[in-house]
Amino acid sequence: MNIFVCIKQVPDTETKVTPNGDGSFIETNSIKWIMNPYDEFAVEQALLLKAANAGATVTVARVGAVKDTESLRTALAMGADDAILVEAEDNLDSYMTAKALKGAIEKSGKSADFIFTGKQAIDDDCLQVPQLLGQMMNLPSVSVVVGFEANDTSLTIKREIEGGALEIYEFSAPAVIACNKGLNTPRYASLPGIMKAKKKPLLQLSLADVSVSAEDRRIVYTDFQLPPEKPAGKTFSAMEEGTQQNVVSEVVSLLRNEAKVI
Amino acid sequence: MDFSYTDEQKEIREQVLKFSKNEILPIAQELDTHETFPLDLLKNAWQLGFVNTSIPAEYGGVGFKTLDSVIISECLAYGCMGVNTILMANDLALLPIVIAGNHEQKERFLKPFTEDYKIAAFCLTEPGHGSDAAGVKTHFKEDGADLIINGEKMWITNAGFADLFVVYGTIDAKLGHKGLSAVVVDGKSQGIKLGKPEKKMGHKCSDTRSVTFENVRIPKENILGNLGEGWAIAMKTLDHSRPLVASSAVGGAQCALDLSKKYAQERIQFGKPIAQHQAIQFMLADMAMKVEASRLLVFKAAWLLDEGKPNTEASSYAKAFAADACMEITTDAVQIYGGYGYSKEYPVEKLMRDAKLIQIYEGTSQIQRLVIAREVLKY
Repeated sequence: MNIFVCIKQVPDTETKVTPNGDGSFIETNSIKWIMNPYDEFAVEQALLLKAANAGATVTVARVGAVKDTESLRTALAMGADDAILVEAEDNLDSYMTAKALKGAIEKSGKSADFIFTGKQAIDDDCLQVPQLLGQMMNLPSVSVVVGFEANDTSLTIKREIEGGALEIYEFSAPAVIACNKGLNTPRYASLPGIMKAKKKPLLQLSLADVSVSAEDRRIVYTDFQLPPEKPAGKTFSAMEEGTQQNVVSEVVSLLRNEAKVI
Repeated sequence: MDFSYTDEQKEIREQVLKFSKNEILPIAQELDTHETFPLDLLKNAWQLGFVNTSIPAEYGGVGFKTLDSVIISECLAYGCMGVNTILMANDLALLPIVIAGNHEQKERFLKPFTEDYKIAAFCLTEPGHGSDAAGVKTHFKEDGADLIINGEKMWITNAGFADLFVVYGTIDAKLGHKGLSAVVVDGKSQGIKLGKPEKKMGHKCSDTRSVTFENVRIPKENILGNLGEGWAIAMKTLDHSRPLVASSAVGGAQCALDLSKKYAQERIQFGKPIAQHQAIQFMLADMAMKVEASRLLVFKAAWLLDEGKPNTEASSYAKAFAADACMEITTDAVQIYGGYGYSKEYPVEKLMRDAKLIQIYEGTSQIQRLVIAREVLKY
């Protein structure tokens, strides 16, 4: 059984994101990178599936800048068997990313039985790669997955929908499964795991190797800006006897006419 | 010279810190309040390989360098200095075996610690002998193939849960440090009497007691090195363990700094966050400087050891500086929190109480200065 996990490296949730000099992207030099939190559920699910199937292997793939490979190392330390890095700028759009991941999976020489991803990356929040990947590879894909059961290749998948209800899908692998919080509890990498990780194979590819070129770009980033600063709030004093009625009338009128919320 | 972490050390730091922030920090306050020995948490840490990192690979351990071990220790202490005390006490007790044990002893004593979570206790201090370690009174009497132990040990971390004790004693108290010897005692041996758990200012989740040895009989195969070599073993152990204890101070201090930084950016006084008042900025700057200086001293002491170079002086620099800095930083953290800092509802008063012990155990800050002065005046 060949299991693939596609992960993305994203800025740490505590990072203060700023546009770069010419506004073409965000400033990436001072960022501390982490594995996209939703991808941790994908790695964990892949490892659980591997543990339940003797001889199964987990390959973890990532598209992005080469300077930091922490996320891939973390996935290997958690227990993945090998890794593929497609070297690229951090500003690829979803279409290019999905195409590059498809190419990486094909270049591995293994046919994918399962492809796990996170449901979205927390940096650009596009929520597109899993579906695009399924489409490109002609595989079924389900996102926002909170329940996963596999009986050989027949799958029972639960996904969360509006209002906390669940949709249940039954279909067969191979498939793309995009994981959500609640699916499992991702493990920590153990120290022996970290030691072993450095000896695990990491295949490095270029965008050309996976047949992705500038012509594949569907979305061009034109300008990154910080959101405008919020104007200072209004304060009202109703401490003095007899002023309450006027203050309440004023606030209600402002909420109705200016903020237009009531 | 290179001040950067290796890729592997970066990964170790990330993972242990993540564990510490998610699994230790959220329960640290509760463990302190109820004085709970957190067995499940400890087992969890052991399973991830965060414990007993000094056991060599040939005996089933990870065989980490001291530099790796201090990185791990700092990250664990970030979550709770008390929890780290429990974990570190294992290293402290196992180090004499790693340093002075023969092959058979390492097989017999170290291997079980890699197969299951086990607890060890280091017994040097006595009611009348703390800093003056050469004066210990615990008596070892040779009896054929055995050794009979009599004496009382004080402030023994992990005593109530120990599977194994490493005990320092003397064949003849008149010999001073030349009579000192180190032996391994099975925790289930006849004649071991445990005192009640001590009521402490901090590190409340750790178990601290007196241990009395009454005619405890052990085979001579449990003697580390030879009788009379205990002093050398103890000194070498301290060269290893002082950077480790100092790293605990770095972890606690970093936690205090991070909490203070966050609070100072949220707490509004005179119309702006207190972090925008210069008085608070200067405190934060001092705290940050001291944390980094402590960390560098710890790394230097650990690095020297890994390079096989003398590190006694550097270890004492690290231990004294980091412990004193941790005390100052945690005290300043309480100051920055103001009234809230003095309340148990907030996390910093616990850090201040925990910091105090690091100035005391494993050689007080004053003993470290004696060691340093001795080295300074040599030249």
